Amino acid sequence: MTENARLADRLLAGAVWLAATAVTGVFLWLLTDLLREGSAALSVSFLVDEPRDAGRAGGIAPILVSTLLILGVCLAVALPLSLACAAYLAEYTRREERAGRTVRVSLEVLAGMPSIVFGLFGNALFCITLGLGFSILSGGLTLACMALPLMIRATEEGFRAVPGDYRSGAAALGLSRWTTLTHILLPAALPGLMVGTVLGIGRALAETAALIFTSGYVDRLPDSLMDSGRALSIHIYDLAMNVPGGERNAYAAALVLIALLLVINVLASRATLGLLRRGYAGAGA
Amino acid sequence: MLAAALRAAAFVCGAFVVLMVLFVLRESWPALREIGLSRFFTDPSWHPQGGAAAGTFGLVPMITASLALTAGAVALAAPLGLLCALFCTDYAPLGLATAFRRLMEVLAGIPSVVYGFWGLVVLVPLINRWQPPGASLLAGILVLALMILPTMALLAQTAIATVPADYRRGAAALGLTRVGTLWGVVLPAARSGLYTAALLAVGRAIGETMAVLMVCGNVVRSPSSLFAPVRALTANIALEMAYALDDHRSALFVSGLMLAAMVVVLVLAAERLRACE
Amino acid sequence: MKFYWDLSREEVLGAVLMVVSLGVPVSAGAQATAADQLTGKLVITGSSTVAPLIAEIAKRFEQNPDVRVDVQTGGSSRGISDARNGLADIGMVSRALKPEESDLSSHTLARDGVTLIVHASNPVTALTAEQVVGIYTGRIRSWKDAGGADAPITVVNKAEGRSTLELFLAYFQLKAEEVKPSVVIGDNEQGVKTVAGNPDAIGYVSVGSAGYAATYGVPIKLLPLDGVAASSETVADSSFPLARPLVLVTKPRPGNPLVRPFLDFALSAEVNDLILALSFVPVR
Repeated sequence: MTENARLADRLLAGAVWLAATAVTGVFLWLLTDLLREGSAALSVSFLVDEPRDAGRAGGIAPILVSTLLILGVCLAVALPLSLACAAYLAEYTRREERAGRTVRVSLEVLAGMPSIVFGLFGNALFCITLGLGFSILSGGLTLACMALPLMIRATEEGFRAVPGDYRSGAAALGLSRWTTLTHILLPAALPGLMVGTVLGIGRALAETAALIFTSGYVDRLPDSLMDSGRALSIHIYDLAMNVPGGERNAYAAALVLIALLLVINVLASRATLGLLRRGYAGAGA
Repeated sequence: MLAAALRAAAFVCGAFVVLMVLFVLRESWPALREIGLSRFFTDPSWHPQGGAAAGTFGLVPMITASLALTAGAVALAAPLGLLCALFCTDYAPLGLATAFRRLMEVLAGIPSVVYGFWGLVVLVPLINRWQPPGASLLAGILVLALMILPTMALLAQTAIATVPADYRRGAAALGLTRVGTLWGVVLPAARSGLYTAALLAVGRAIGETMAVLMVCGNVVRSPSSLFAPVRALTANIALEMAYALDDHRSALFVSGLMLAAMVVVLVLAAERLRACE
Repeated sequence: MKFYWDLSREEVLGAVLMVVSLGVPVSAGAQATAADQLTGKLVITGSSTVAPLIAEIAKRFEQNPDVRVDVQTGGSSRGISDARNGLADIGMVSRALKPEESDLSSHTLARDGVTLIVHASNPVTALTAEQVVGIYTGRIRSWKDAGGADAPITVVNKAEGRSTLELFLAYFQLKAEEVKPSVVIGDNEQGVKTVAGNPDAIGYVSVGSAGYAATYGVPIKLLPLDGVAASSETVADSSFPLARPLVLVTKPRPGNPLVRPFLDFALSAEVNDLILALSFVPVR
C-alpha cells in the first residue's frame, strides 16, 4: 500500500467514525432532553388511564389504542399494495421505460407533498366522498397513501438489487413467475422490504397534520374502526402547542411513542430473521 | 394472471397519485381563475387577506426559502447519512452497528412536532445568542437535516449491504485499499439505491411542515443570509389554512401545486444526472 | 376570584359532585325526545383554541349515558363552514362573528384577553401605545429607545387571519402590511416559547396562556395596556381593553335535538371551573 492510499484509508475511517459519533451525540442530546422533561410523568397509570384535564392529568390509554389501530389499518393496506406495486415496477418494467419512469416520478411527487395537503385530500376522499367520516379507517387509509411512496421505492430497490443470476437460475429450473417471486426474489429482497416497512411505520407514527383532518381529535376509546380516535402524535402536538401547561405530559407521551417504535422495530426484525432462518428462501427447510 | 394482479396494484397506487393531483388542482382552480398564475410570481409580497383584487399573492420568496431549506438540509444530511451507512456496514463491530441501526430506526419515527419543539426550545435560543432572531434559515436547515438523516442512512445502508459479497471479494483479490473498494466498487454498485435514498430524503425535506413552522421564523422574505427568518411554502399552508376562506384558501392550494412542480423538476433533473453518468 | 388551582381537593370534589347532581335533573328536564334520557350524537368542529375546552365540557356532558359528543379541530373557518353546511351540529370560533356570518346564531362561551409579553429579564415594565406602534412598524429598533437595554428588538407577530392579530391591529390602528416582524408565529404557545427563549423579544398572546406560563415559572412577563394590568380578573370585569369572545355557532334552527341541551349546559355556570382550568375567563 502506498502512503497516499494509507492516508486516504485513515481519513475515510476518521470521517466515518466522526460522523457516527456526531450524529449519535446530537440524538442522545435530544433523547436526554426528552427524558429529563418527561420521565417524571411516566408511570403505569400513564399507560392505562384515560386523559383528564385536557390531557394534563391522567394517561394516554385510549390514545395508544387508537394509534395502534390506525397503524394496523395503514400497514394492512400499504404492505400488500406496496409489495405488489414494487414487484410490478421491478420485474415487469425496465428502468428507462416511459411507464416505469412516470410511475416513479409520480411517487416522488407524492412523497414530497406536505402532510397537511394529504390531510385535506384524505378528508375530501375518505371522510366525505367515501362517507367514512372522521374515523380510524380514514386516518389509516390516508397514512397508507403517505407511506406508499417510501415503501414502494425501498422495496423496488430491494428487488432490483437481487442479482440477475437468481432469476436466470429460477428460469433454468423451470419455476413459475409466482414461485420465483415468492420463493427466490422476495426473500432476497427482504432487507429492502423491511427498511421500507420500518420507514413507513416511522412516517405513520410521526404524522400529525394528516390525521387531524381524518382520524380526528376525539380522545375517547374507539368502539370500532369507524369511530374517530386521537393518534399519539396529535396528542403530543395538542399538549405541547395548544394546551397551556401540557409540556410535561407531551414529553412523556413522546417517550412512550419512542418506546412503542422500538418495540415494533425489534419485533419486525425478529420476524424477518425468523422468516429467513426458517429457510423460506426456498433453499429447503 | 400474476402480472394482471400486480398491474392492478400498480394501477391503484397510481390512482392515488392522480386523485391527489386532481384534488389539489380542483381546490386551486378558483385562485388560478380569479388571480391568475402570473401574479403568484410577480406580486411584490404575500398579503392575501385583501381578497383576489386587493391582496397580494407573491410566492417567490417562499419558493426560494423552500429550495434553500431543502438544498441546505440535503447538503448536510446526504454525506452524513452515507458516512453513517458506511459505519454500519464496514466499520463498526456487529453489536455496535445493530445498536446504531436501531437508533436510526427509532429516530425515523419521532414526530416532526417533537423535532420542531426541541428546535424551538433548544436550538433557536442558541442561535439567537450568536445572531438574533434565532428562528432562521439555519435553524430550519439543522432541524430538517436531523429529520431526514435517519431515512437517508437507513436506505443507504440497505443499498450498500445488498451489494453482492463477490464484488468485495473481487476487490480484495485485486488488492484494493478500503477506500478503493468502497469508492470504486461498492458505492457505484449501490448507486441506484443511493439515488433513491437521496430522492426520498429530498421529498421528505420539501414536504416537512410542522418542524419548519416552529423554527424558521415564518417571515415572508427571500432569505438574505443564513440567519434570516424565512417562511417555507409548507409552513405557509399550515399557518394560514385554518383561518383562510375562499380565494385565500384556494391560493394556498396553488402553493401546494408549486411544491409538486418543484418536486417534478428536481426529480427529472436527478434522473437526467443519473443518465449522464 | 378563586382559581382552580387555589381550591383544595375536597372543595373541587364537592363542586364536581354538586354540579353532577345538579346536571342530572337539569338534563332530564331539557330533552326534546319522548324518551326519559338524552340520547344521540353530537359533532362539534372548529377552532383548535376552543377545542380542549369543549372536549372537557363534552366529557362532562357525556355523563349522560347514551350521549356521544365528538369534537374535531380544523380552525375557526372550518367551524363556520361546517355549521353552515350541516357537517357539524355546532361550530367553535375563536372570535366574534363578522357581519357576513350573521346567518348563524352565535353564543359566547368564554372570553380571552390579548396581552403583550416580553422576557422576564427585560427591564421594561410598560409601553405606551406610540412605543408599541413604533416597535411593530420598525421605527423603534432598539430597546434603549423604549426604556430598556441597548439590544435590537425581536418583534414577534401573529400569522394573518388569526383573530388575535386582527384585534391587535384594530386596537393600535395598524394595517397588516405596516407591521415589520422578525418572527411570525401561529399558536399562542409558540409565541410564549419564542419570547421565553429570547431576552430581547416582544410579542402578544392570549392572556390565559401567558398568565398560566408566568405562574409556572416560564420567564415571561405580561405588560399592562393603558395602565391596566393584564390578568384574568381585568379581562373578566372588562377593564382590560383588548379581549375576544370564544363563541359557539349553530344554525338558527338546529336539526339535532341534542344541540339545545348541550348549549344550555355549556353556556351555564356549571362549566366555569373547566373554563378557568384552561385559563379562559367565564362570562357567567
